[in-house]
Amino acid sequence: MHRVVITGAGTINPLGHSVDETNEAMREGRCGIGELDIRDVDRLAVRIGAQVTGYDADARFNRQQQALYDRFTQFTLIAAEEAIRQSGLEFGGKLAAETGVVLGTSGGGLGTLDDNYRAVYEEGKNRVHPFIVPKLMNNAAASHVSMTYNLKGPSFTVATACASSNHAMGQAFNLIRSGMARVIVTGGSESMLCFGGVKAWEGLRVMSKDACRPFSANRNGMVQGEGAGVFVFEDFEHARARGAEILAEVIGFSMTSDASDIVMPSQQGAARAISGALEDAKINADQVGYINAHGTGTAANDKTECAAVASVFGRHADKVMISSTKSMHGHLIGGTGAVELLACLMALKDGVIAPTIGYEEPDPECALDVVPNEAREASVDHVLSNAFAFGGLNAVLALKKV
Amino acid sequence: MSGQVENRIIEIIAEQAVLEPSDITMSQSLEDLGIDSMGLVEAIFSIEESFDIQVPFNANEPEKSEFDISSVQSIVTAVRALIAEQKG
Repeated sequence: MHRVVITGAGTINPLGHSVDETNEAMREGRCGIGELDIRDVDRLAVRIGAQVTGYDADARFNRQQQALYDRFTQFTLIAAEEAIRQSGLEFGGKLAAETGVVLGTSGGGLGTLDDNYRAVYEEGKNRVHPFIVPKLMNNAAASHVSMTYNLKGPSFTVATACASSNHAMGQAFNLIRSGMARVIVTGGSESMLCFGGVKAWEGLRVMSKDACRPFSANRNGMVQGEGAGVFVFEDFEHARARGAEILAEVIGFSMTSDASDIVMPSQQGAARAISGALEDAKINADQVGYINAHGTGTAANDKTECAAVASVFGRHADKVMISSTKSMHGHLIGGTGAVELLACLMALKDGVIAPTIGYEEPDPECALDVVPNEAREASVDHVLSNAFAFGGLNAVLALKKV
Repeated sequence: MSGQVENRIIEIIAEQAVLEPSDITMSQSLEDLGIDSMGLVEAIFSIEESFDIQVPFNANEPEKSEFDISSVQSIVTAVRALIAEQKG
């Protein structure tokens, strides 16, 4: 069994265009949610979202690249560049063959689909650009990272709705742990904030029209976000031998399926994933100082998640801090676990716990320390990151301070 | 017209409950009829499509919604009010 560490992190999300900007926003409890600025927003009932603002695709990618890179791929490449630069790795020869790319996304190139359905159905065009298929496919981002950095090892995309990134990072962890790969570029990306994307979510009637207030008694739903988080997972011995800066160690992962309902979460399924991650990491619940919650701000998730944490943590449930950073960056769906892992790294590395902002009223069914509204300084050695997807697919990661 | 609204709503609810329309009574709640939150959201969608109206309803806080879903009768009353308001 090989130990696995994180040696690079990168992101672009509604809170910032880099890890530093994102950490600063999380420390300050800044909210990235605002009025949606997308085509046909006047035909939507839900008009808020957490968009990546101040982003100019033309400044990052040329016309040929943009013909192939959907917005979710662009976000992935930007985040991957920051992560790989921080890791200091250069990929050639044997290392290139032993390095792969495992990324999560739910909608893939949904914006490309939306634009081109419009062109053929609404505008009656009979021809679309020749690269629509390679642009919209879910694995486009993973393939472009692989091509850009010459990464020739195990590479694929994981799509498990809101747990996609956690499942992807769990696969990356196990690929390195088992010796199947030396390094994996992993994380996830999402860009569903287009008319069709929001319209579909609107139909479920679980979206808030004003704010994301996880765990607060007056919460009224989720708010969708967009962006990417990408990390370099590396074999510990390899990282140590080259004197790399280690951000944290990944020590456990567990995944379970509720096998019960396509949208309603199960306390038992979530609890089995949480206790499974502790078991895999060989730690006890009382060693965990912080949990980055799934915390969507829906009635169904927050109650179930708190009950699951309480059941696994027992008496220690009152001491563990648990926050939902979705209150700030929104729900990035397939990319959410990756951006949320940044809050875990900040907790372990900097001793700063990101808050749950928008918290207004205690809910007796969510009676945990949700780090309301203001970041907190605290030294934690072990953290968990929860993700519970539609379809009842759960994935929990455990990390440790190095 | 008012009887048509009632009949169509009963049809929609019966479909979700997997019952015959004749088995539905006005005092029953959706819970009595075995309709869960997904069935409710589908029923509201069918109501919106049938009457070309917008129904204000958030699954996170059904009790706070202006749309009263406590019984079949309350749904009929609420839909009539929405039709009058939006189509009147």
